[in-house]
Amino acid sequence: MSDEDDIILKDLNDEELVAQMFDDLYDGLREEIEESVNILLSRDWPPYRILTEALVGGMTIVGHDFRDGILFVPEVLLAANAMKGGMAILKPLLAETGAPRVGKMVIGTVKGDIHDIGKNLVGMMMEGAGFEVVDIGINNAVEKYIETAKAEGADIIGMSALLTTTMPYMKVVIDTLVAEGIRDDYIVLVGGAPLNEEFGKAIGADAYCRDAAVAVETAKEWMARKHNRMSA
Amino acid sequence: MIDDDALTRDGLAAAGEGRVLVLACGALAHEILAIKALNALDHLDLQCLPAILHNHPDRIAPAVEAAIAEQTGRYARIFVAYADCGTGGELQACCARLGVEMIAGPHCYAFFDGIERFAARDEIDAFYLTDFLARQFDAFVTRPLGLDRHPQLRDTYFRHYSKLVYLSQTEDAALLARAQDAAAALDLAFEHRPTGYGDLASSLKGL
Repeated sequence: MSDEDDIILKDLNDEELVAQMFDDLYDGLREEIEESVNILLSRDWPPYRILTEALVGGMTIVGHDFRDGILFVPEVLLAANAMKGGMAILKPLLAETGAPRVGKMVIGTVKGDIHDIGKNLVGMMMEGAGFEVVDIGINNAVEKYIETAKAEGADIIGMSALLTTTMPYMKVVIDTLVAEGIRDDYIVLVGGAPLNEEFGKAIGADAYCRDAAVAVETAKEWMARKHNRMSA
Repeated sequence: MIDDDALTRDGLAAAGEGRVLVLACGALAHEILAIKALNALDHLDLQCLPAILHNHPDRIAPAVEAAIAEQTGRYARIFVAYADCGTGGELQACCARLGVEMIAGPHCYAFFDGIERFAARDEIDAFYLTDFLARQFDAFVTRPLGLDRHPQLRDTYFRHYSKLVYLSQTEDAALLARAQDAAAALDLAFEHRPTGYGDLASSLKGL
């Protein structure tokens, strides 16, 4: 048994506990994360502070190490699963306590494509960053994106594709937004393994996002621009 | 017999006195050598890049470009035996820039099945294995996806797939059993689709 197994989470002070949560997220330990979230709640930490300082803070390290080739997809998925456990406790509380909302995003994998790992990671990190996320799942036709974006009053449409054969469908969605005269109503972000910045530009997206961390930063930046435009 | 682990990890160095170089994915080495032997295509030399690039499509075009640069001047013609293979058009752009031909289509599953037939199937929820991938299932799927260490991740990866389709190039009962085992391990229905060498054979015979 390792020394770590002997750590009693509730005996740690706040600073030590958050540091331990970073480690536990990194190691994908969902039960420990859930326990730590409950401990911080019992110490009167606001849910939004737990989310940002402990969970998003920890996942940011995971994201950096993934980007730098230190962590790989399986470990990131385990970390995400642990974060999801913490988020499930916090989500209803965040709604009650009026945590700040940065914007609303409709996100889905495009028609013909069933891959959703990247999309799910982006959705989770966007929620962690204060966005409201409406996940429309996989294999989405253009109508689904547009109907949902309209019905939800979304700020952002996010599209994901893993396949070279399905990524051109993103242009179908963007062209339809243009044809309906509503292209400028939405920030359009695209991502997925075979994409690159050049492709994003070529199809008329606002930005290509290399990974979940970049998606969050890009979404925040574009939301700030949108607010500036509206207040100008 | 060329070692599959070496093809996965290291590829295969060019050998022979041919005037045409086939620069291929290591996952196609056995098939290309078989087509070459069956059709007496003695003018073809084969060089393979590591097959594991299949799991890192962003590295394929740079690796192909570097290999072509190394071989320039040694062959009258170079043919790239890759399809797009998840490069998002990068490989096609690279080959066009360098003036070399490559195989059409999205990936080897399509050209083994026949590109038009594969497209017409419009299967979005099938996970494919070839002979090589059936033999190297652990190296390409189990270990890179962490399923050996974290079997609980299986459904995260595969829950939207409905079946595993084994596109077989040869008749081999042992390989068929391995492909069936792979389907069971991923909790997917199994379908066997004997393809032979498909469009790969016609591509090479035309060189």
